[in-house]
Amino acid sequence: MDSFIVISLIKVVVVFAVLLTILAYLQWVERKVIAHIQVRPGPYRVGPHGLLQPVADIVKLLTKEDLMPPYANKLLYLAAPFLAMTLALLSIAVIPFGPVINVAGYRTAMQLTDLNIGVLFVLAVSSMGVYGIVLAGWSSNNKYSLLGGLRSSAQMISYELPLSLAIAAPLLISNTLSLHDLVERQSGSILQWNVLHGPFPQIFSFIVFLIAGFAETNRVPFDLPEAENELVAGFHTEYSSMKFASFFMAEYANMITVSCMATLLFLGGWVAPWPAQYGSRFVPAVIFALAGAVMLYHGMHPARRRDQMSLPVFGILFFLIAAVFLLPIVQSWLDPLFWFCAKTGAILFAFIWVRGTLPRFRYDQLMGFTWKVLFPVAVVNLLVTGLLVALVS
Amino acid sequence: MGGVPISWYLTLSAILFTLGVAGFLFRRNIITVFMSIELMLNAVNLSFITFSYYWKQVNGHLIAFFVMVVAAAEAAVGLAIILTIFKNRQTLNIDEVASMKN
Amino acid sequence: MDVILFLIFAIIAVVGAINVVVQSHPISSAISLVGVMGSLAVLYLLLGAEFLAAAQVIVYAGAIMVLFVFVIMLLNAGAEVRKGQSSMALFLGGPLLVALLILLVWFVQQLFPGVMVHFGGFRGGSAQDVGRALFTTYLLPFEVTSILILIAILGAIVLARKEMD
Repeated sequence: MDSFIVISLIKVVVVFAVLLTILAYLQWVERKVIAHIQVRPGPYRVGPHGLLQPVADIVKLLTKEDLMPPYANKLLYLAAPFLAMTLALLSIAVIPFGPVINVAGYRTAMQLTDLNIGVLFVLAVSSMGVYGIVLAGWSSNNKYSLLGGLRSSAQMISYELPLSLAIAAPLLISNTLSLHDLVERQSGSILQWNVLHGPFPQIFSFIVFLIAGFAETNRVPFDLPEAENELVAGFHTEYSSMKFASFFMAEYANMITVSCMATLLFLGGWVAPWPAQYGSRFVPAVIFALAGAVMLYHGMHPARRRDQMSLPVFGILFFLIAAVFLLPIVQSWLDPLFWFCAKTGAILFAFIWVRGTLPRFRYDQLMGFTWKVLFPVAVVNLLVTGLLVALVS
Repeated sequence: MGGVPISWYLTLSAILFTLGVAGFLFRRNIITVFMSIELMLNAVNLSFITFSYYWKQVNGHLIAFFVMVVAAAEAAVGLAIILTIFKNRQTLNIDEVASMKN
Repeated sequence: MDVILFLIFAIIAVVGAINVVVQSHPISSAISLVGVMGSLAVLYLLLGAEFLAAAQVIVYAGAIMVLFVFVIMLLNAGAEVRKGQSSMALFLGGPLLVALLILLVWFVQQLFPGVMVHFGGFRGGSAQDVGRALFTTYLLPFEVTSILILIAILGAIVLARKEMD
């Protein structure tokens, strides 16, 4: 009992430290990727390649003046960003990053807790996330905030329906609500992943889930309620400094949750595309070595004088990481973690890529899209999956 | 590990139901009256699930599930009716919608 | 441990319920009701009803109450104005309420002497068990309630739409 509590506390500390760092640096990744899509360098001057930009942003947000609008409902105004942030971070408690491993003699899963109803827990937490936004819109005592909050929460609720139906279809194939078992039943190779396996490959569910995920997290092309050139700034108009930062961190945490769920439900979680005995354990090392080689090559003729030192240093760093991946001692937990992070990172990159590429929907187009297109597609997909599963088994 | 006596759950259910009835009878705002009805339904759900534990059967869970579904349908229609009343009478006080003429 | 959890969430539920009835602005009542439903979900978990606890949060707290909050915000309902409270009613009714409550509690205590609720005492509340019962024993109510929901959707749309002239 004691070792369970100590191990759980260590896991909580590690997971939250990593999660909060990733939240801060996800913003850096987003700004760099969008910048390169728009053929400009992006954050570049604060630290090598702008890597200290999140630190600068945090310092700026902490030292900004903290205003509260007059006649605002104080309790709800202060509670809304806190609620949004807490609920966004809560889902990470059931996400498994890897299989059950042995570390220092203790057997533990790479997951904070494995609930029997893990999928329902994530759905429940994301349903409650609407309250942060709707209360922020209401309590600011500002008509633009109210409209933005109402629109945003109506959008989130409408898109919860196709999201839930898209989640239900691979659950019919995997037959379990526990997230750990869900990935265990997709183990094997890429042909066992839910997106390609089973009596009905879940490609449509995957696409519906991603589109609904874009809308749930208020990302482009569904970010009308919080865009800067519409409705002033939507529901967070009256918020400043750390409360404003909380809303943004909550949005990124929701993005991470949606990407992790897509990976677990459809892309096989931590399972490598082909089994380890056929050489997939060398793939991470090869990828990092290639990245290191590209950086060293560019380091010889840097495009800007600033990069003369930083590119070769990063190249050597990546070679070291590739060497770490080859050590047999870390293979049991680092390889599954790499595949999980690679798949989740690919979906996060897709989120950012779409933001840099697509224009945004108008509000009536957005609502028409979910009720007239996405919801029927999700229902039909669920019916076909159910029919084929019943016929096969 | 100590357990909780089952009568405590039933007592809690009774207290919540009583508070729901009190809200239903004493409040004048129609939305608060509606929320008191939801409070009563929740109290009844707790009672069903407690008895389901007592008999070690899942039927109480099913009945509570159907209560939830019916409460959802009722909330949707009831709130639509409230919106219509507000559009016509511009008030949410049930004392003022007492007459049939406009 | 069970007792502590039950007491904490029961007290939150009762305080929230009193708040629902007592607060003058509907939005405070709505937020308190969400708190009541959340603590009831925890109590369902203590009683072994894991699927129902998740359904309570998803359906009740996450959808029905959001609908309530929407309507309150759309109608911009102000705080309720209290008129003419007779203190004689409180003087007579208060002690009667307390007496009836004590009688009720005593009677309920006599009903199931010695039966205790342990966490993990009932394992039949998982999604599989609820689903199996839902689609075998309770199939007819399931189909009928799905039609009921369809009727409710149509009714809400008809009632709340703007009149086309």
